[in-house]
Amino acid sequence: MGKPDFRTPMSRARGLGAAHHGAAEWLSNGLMAAALVPLTLWMVFAVLRLAQLDYYGAVQWIRSPVNVSLMVLTVVIAFAHMHHGMRVVIEDYVHQRLGKLGAVALSLFVSGLAGALTVFSILKVALGGA
Amino acid sequence: MSPHLSVWRWHVTMAASIATRVTGVGLYLGALILAAWALSLASGPEAYGAFKACLGSPLGKFVLFGMSLSFFYHLAAGVRHMVWDLGYGMKVQQANVLSVASFAFAIAATLAVWVIAGMVGAL
Repeated sequence: MGKPDFRTPMSRARGLGAAHHGAAEWLSNGLMAAALVPLTLWMVFAVLRLAQLDYYGAVQWIRSPVNVSLMVLTVVIAFAHMHHGMRVVIEDYVHQRLGKLGAVALSLFVSGLAGALTVFSILKVALGGA
Repeated sequence: MSPHLSVWRWHVTMAASIATRVTGVGLYLGALILAAWALSLASGPEAYGAFKACLGSPLGKFVLFGMSLSFFYHLAAGVRHMVWDLGYGMKVQQANVLSVASFAFAIAATLAVWVIAGMVGAL
């Protein structure tokens, strides 16, 4: 083996398993969750800081390259993580084929739209103009 | 309803697992508050003022308190799952301790952040 591999020997031998890509998906979701640990802790400090600032203070705050980068990273990874989590919950509890597909698609649209609106709003303010 | 749900007694790892899901779904809604923050900031001082007044109201603070409790619990649960995914803490007693610790951390961290928020004038 050598390198860490999260597939069992049996799954490799048979080539079965969750649509053949379960291990990679599990690992990438784990890495996104790990990235969210420091990012969301930073977000707690950001919220405390922003709560003390008015509009003009908040605009100044988001124009800092460090703040806007961390904020956009947090938003992108968090919305992806949210969609993944909601998808797992839906797949566990909604058993009708069409209902499941509809619910997962709705979650994708909601988290995708909210994520895009958030990122573009932040960038609009951070890059000036407003 | 699956039959096993009515014959199992409650235990702490089960409660911890359910709480991870419930707080995750709650934080999904909380992320929409983050989206509203960004949208109001991009819309100008008037919209941003209205957004801050909304969150600063008693109901807004109540929601934020719930979101912070959910966040810290979900954070602890995520770390707990990473410990398990790395192959540690799988014995029943260790799993129980990790589950209780997650709840304890969530309550302690939430209270600490709200006390700090009060001290720095963020409320």
